[in-house]
Amino acid sequence: MKAHDRLSAAIVAANDAGRTALLPFITAGYPEPRDFIATLKRIAAVSDVVELGIPFSDPMADGMTIQRSSYIALQKGVSLKWIFDQLDSAHGEIDAPLVMMSYLNPLLAFGYEELAERALATGVCGFVVPDLPFEESDEIRATFGAKGLGLIQLVTPATPDERLKILCAASRGFVYAVTITGITGGSTGLPIDLSDYLDKIASFSKIPVCAGFGIRVAADVAAVGKHAAGAIVGSALVEVLERGDDPAPFLEGLKGS
Amino acid sequence: MSTLFAAGEARAFLDAAIKGDLPDDRGRFGPFGGRYVPETLVPAFERLEKGVHEHLHEAAFQSEFQKELREWVGRPTALTFAPQLSKAWAAEVWIKREDLAHTGAHKINNAIGQALLAKRLGAQRVIAETGAGQHGVAAAAACARVDLPCSVYMGVVDMERQAPNVDRIRRLGAEVIAVESGDKTLRAAIDEALRAWVTDPNGIYYLLGSAVGAHPYPYLVRELQTVIGKEARQQMLDQAGGLPDVAFACVGGGSNAIGLFYPLLGDDVELIGVEAGGTGVGLGQNAATLATGTPGVLQGAYTIILQDDDGQVQETHSISAGLDYSGVGPEHALLQAIGRVKYISATDDEALEALEELCATEGILTALETAHAYAAARKYAQQNPGKRILIGNSGRGDKDMPTLTQYPARIRSHESA
Repeated sequence: MKAHDRLSAAIVAANDAGRTALLPFITAGYPEPRDFIATLKRIAAVSDVVELGIPFSDPMADGMTIQRSSYIALQKGVSLKWIFDQLDSAHGEIDAPLVMMSYLNPLLAFGYEELAERALATGVCGFVVPDLPFEESDEIRATFGAKGLGLIQLVTPATPDERLKILCAASRGFVYAVTITGITGGSTGLPIDLSDYLDKIASFSKIPVCAGFGIRVAADVAAVGKHAAGAIVGSALVEVLERGDDPAPFLEGLKGS
Repeated sequence: MSTLFAAGEARAFLDAAIKGDLPDDRGRFGPFGGRYVPETLVPAFERLEKGVHEHLHEAAFQSEFQKELREWVGRPTALTFAPQLSKAWAAEVWIKREDLAHTGAHKINNAIGQALLAKRLGAQRVIAETGAGQHGVAAAAACARVDLPCSVYMGVVDMERQAPNVDRIRRLGAEVIAVESGDKTLRAAIDEALRAWVTDPNGIYYLLGSAVGAHPYPYLVRELQTVIGKEARQQMLDQAGGLPDVAFACVGGGSNAIGLFYPLLGDDVELIGVEAGGTGVGLGQNAATLATGTPGVLQGAYTIILQDDDGQVQETHSISAGLDYSGVGPEHALLQAIGRVKYISATDDEALEALEELCATEGILTALETAHAYAAARKYAQQNPGKRILIGNSGRGDKDMPTLTQYPARIRSHESA
């Protein structure tokens, strides 16, 4: 099985069990680098896929919560290399497949070949790169494709239909449907008319569609779950970790009854 | 840098640049440039690119733009011969006076051009970022002129050191939004403006102030700023009787430098860009991006940036807010790589000294940004006597008084002692 197929399979498995797949996002190494692996294990145990945010100095698509977590993680010495080293040390102990969410520059600096090798060795099955539009992605897509790693495309409510089709066809693992026209961590909640948007993406995509941005409570997960295979929860979870609370009950609570 | 393209390609890229073929269809200046933006902004950038191609070189837009440059900005700006500075440096020094443009810097050329474009594209409001405050002032003034509401994002560090400009922006009717995130200077202000744009990509026009960022901004800003070099080139022929041997301009993002250099690329004129050398050569002590940086992606473009081994963008230091930026326009990255423009740096102290010398010799209070170009030109003149030197005087220094008052006026105190 290719690495990105593990992502699709994990999401489909949740749906087959009658659930919306849950894809939590954490900023790697936040709030305390020494707790990273323990936190990740605890989250992975109650999730279908876990997204690891790679801290970056200029997180232009992120709101205050993730900006702050990213800044503090960097201050505490978290780097992509450190994250891979930590994942190596926990080899075989994390069941859920992982996705890395990173701005392009840390990946460029790391080098695509080594990135792909270390990803495969540590259970990372795909990447979301928020500042890498399809048109600029040939090189990294080729490297990942050769190794079976997924480059997960983001689509947004502002994406025209023709482009939507191209992005859905190019995406591997799942399609990341951004629910709002905005940055992460918005407090405005979900727009009411998500169903047409999510149904349209699903009709274009052969792989699962997961919705993210603005999903904070169980009702949000239930709402997107009617039209998407999975729900991505980022800022709300990072806030839980920021308060020092246990993430597991929060994530269980999102699944509803 | 040699790994980016084969040696023979450098000449081809220079020829393409001179012919006006760069950027290419994908917004590339050779290997540099491109468009690295969040998916949410892709339609907005495509719309902007289409709008630029439809309007920028169209006769009606150009006639409106040229009229505003003439009647509102006050162009052409003067070319001033500097007799006392020439004597002191044993050179022939000419100064292109962008400080005489409306609002006191070259920034207004770009701001009024883009404000006119925003109006044509049906924007409901304009956002802008600012470092030194000069672009904020220019954007506020231009938006007032075309009757569009304007919000200016400014890092809190810059708000403090450029306080007079904060007040000017507000009096010109724009809102100033204090940016507390990131490095709290220009880079954070751009990030924050991009975040705001994402929330309403249809209604907002983002009036970017330098020749940086994702395509088509480096191209758009260059096209609006080349008026500097076109005028200066003609004025040199008319007033000096020939082109300069060498031209200097300061480089932060690089809009005034590309504006001056671009029309001179095909001429036998040495071109030197001057970055902020800050207080030293260590990472974080300066903003000498081209001199010490490496290729990477920052704020939408593949260019030369100041970063650590992990690809984290580094904070910079310069006495001048307008040069305090970790990246540089992608066209400058190419011009350095192919060897057409040389990029060097001047330190905070050298800039201050040059600023005082210009005040004393020619009665011109130049901006701290611009003072870096004088500092480098002065050094050049010492090593190359008798040259005809053109300096792009990008802005005036009134805005720098809060910074300057922290330093004793060395030349004057020396004279009175």
